[in-house]
Amino acid sequence: MTTSTVAVVAGKGGVGKTTVTAVLARAAVRRGLRVVVVELDGKTTLDALLPGIEILHLSGTQALAEYLGSHGWGRVSSRLARSGVIDVIASASPGLDDLVLLGRVKQLERSGSYDLVVVDGPAAGHSLSMLRSADGLGAIARSGPIKNQADEVTAMLTDPARCQVVLVTLPETTPVNEAVETAYSLEEDIGVHLGPLIVNAVDDGPDLDLDGPGLADAAPEGSALRRAAEFRNARRRLQRTERERLGAELALPQIVLPAVAGALDAAAIEALAATLDPADSPSTGGAA
Amino acid sequence: MASTKKGKAGAAPVRPGSVSASLAGLVDGAAVIVCCGTGGVGKTTTSAALAIEAARRGRRAVVVTIDPARRLADALGVPGGLGNDPVRLPLHGAEGELWAVMLDTEATFDGLVSQYASTPAQAERILANSFYRSIAGQLSGTQEYMAAERLLSLHGDPRFDLVVVDTPPSRHALDFLDAPGTLARFLDHPIFRLLMLPARRGKKVFDLATQPVLSAIGKVVGSEVLADAVAFFQAFAGMETGFRDRAQEVTRLLREDGTAFLLVASPRSDTLAEAGFFADKLHASGLPVAAMVVNRSTPDFGAPTGDRPASAGDRALYDNLASLHHDLELERGLVQTAAGQLGLDPAAVSWVAMLPADVHDMVALDQIRSALFAGR
Repeated sequence: MTTSTVAVVAGKGGVGKTTVTAVLARAAVRRGLRVVVVELDGKTTLDALLPGIEILHLSGTQALAEYLGSHGWGRVSSRLARSGVIDVIASASPGLDDLVLLGRVKQLERSGSYDLVVVDGPAAGHSLSMLRSADGLGAIARSGPIKNQADEVTAMLTDPARCQVVLVTLPETTPVNEAVETAYSLEEDIGVHLGPLIVNAVDDGPDLDLDGPGLADAAPEGSALRRAAEFRNARRRLQRTERERLGAELALPQIVLPAVAGALDAAAIEALAATLDPADSPSTGGAA
Repeated sequence: MASTKKGKAGAAPVRPGSVSASLAGLVDGAAVIVCCGTGGVGKTTTSAALAIEAARRGRRAVVVTIDPARRLADALGVPGGLGNDPVRLPLHGAEGELWAVMLDTEATFDGLVSQYASTPAQAERILANSFYRSIAGQLSGTQEYMAAERLLSLHGDPRFDLVVVDTPPSRHALDFLDAPGTLARFLDHPIFRLLMLPARRGKKVFDLATQPVLSAIGKVVGSEVLADAVAFFQAFAGMETGFRDRAQEVTRLLREDGTAFLLVASPRSDTLAEAGFFADKLHASGLPVAAMVVNRSTPDFGAPTGDRPASAGDRALYDNLASLHHDLELERGLVQTAAGQLGLDPAAVSWVAMLPADVHDMVALDQIRSALFAGR
């Protein structure tokens, strides 16, 4: 679904970014691409979801320590990282750790070892500030290694052939509002190219008929059958409304991932990845 | 060092040290309830529902939220949104009181600086420093540290007898547990002692910047940023003790018996795994998990009875009920396993079913509250 070599998966907390990251990586591997996944924030959730796929665990502090190590701070950088001084250096120059982290992603992209680098973006609003870091620091630093790094990262982020941001949302009121806001910030403030929107946990289907012949007797008012059907219909209506609103607000293709009940394990990821493959399932991939 | 890992993570062991409690017991007896969990699981809503219930039971409860989206303010019907000062909210028929406040990290930090500065001039120098402004707004851990600070001041406020804290939706939410606090840790570090030296010896910033370590920092972050940083630490000299004592008070409060930690999750593998992450973090600090709230579960309509009907219309309804029941059973299985690993008694796990629409008014909040406290 994406021709760029870097896909940054972004979205607010709880929308299923990690699931989507895993599904995208698995779907790409199914098509024979060489894939590496970058997981941030010290999380290791993806290891169990993507057996056999290379996963790189990065943190801003570590990446900054490594960067300093390769710029003449080798002996002290690990001690600085442990003691928290790196945090202060990072805060003295906001976004430095994020920039160095994106620099690592750029290295992966340029290494030629991978067709696709999938980045599980940081939680909550941090995705935006991470992607903004290169621009911000590029403006402050006038020359030197930071300036070069910032320029190179900006070049990657703003080139649609090299990098796309995949925005994840749920078909519900607040997540859709937040996705629309985030999409505008990403495109207008940062200048990144948005790939398709991923609408996660979709329960699609026609309304259940409650007025058909004999149903007043089979499923009377207040019965479990009727209440369950009313609940299902209400949820589906809400989801339809919100997906339509999303399509009206953002002119981007939507990719739909069905809701999964129960454990989200490697097998569930494999099944979700299969739904993205047109050969296997021509019905998915709703349009905006 | 970045690590490349392949393959599966092992099963998590059972965490010891959990103290199971009912939610009703918590809102009646606790002095502080800290709600932890990842984003998008209804943490803010749960915090508000707990405070509302406490107020209905006669307590004077204040809920501290970090949600800047004003959703809680809207739901609670606060005109103009919540601010850094607690506001009392009308609650019909309640014996107690309901208050709400939104954490303003920078304002709280500024307040601390003003409080511990020896002179107004010192406070002014710090507040105007651009390095301080970037620490106050950006330093990782600052928001958490200030949440703890706010908690301490509200706990000491005679207007309230219960403080419900909604933590930030990040993995760093519990960083304030790392005694004696992020800032105190920085202040103890040799580099900062070095940075504060010139104030004592009367050296100039310029001289200091020629030191090898600092000039290396300067090469990375730029000499102007470094000069700001040095000026900040010089201005800060003498205030470390106040900050360190305050951090230790926070640590003490979090360890008191009246403080309870509540996990908030939804019945999905990922949010339950995050709940496990928070539980591990609490356990590592010697703090017990009191209870768990599972939001957004499939509602319980029961299982279909009788044979699967022959007519298409009947069958669709039968299958729908069976499918919802099946989903709920799967969710129960996931939560039971997670609660077992957390060492939580099933009675300490409260379920709130998904509503047909988003929670954005007092009516919906009250539905959440009654689901949490049904029959208790």
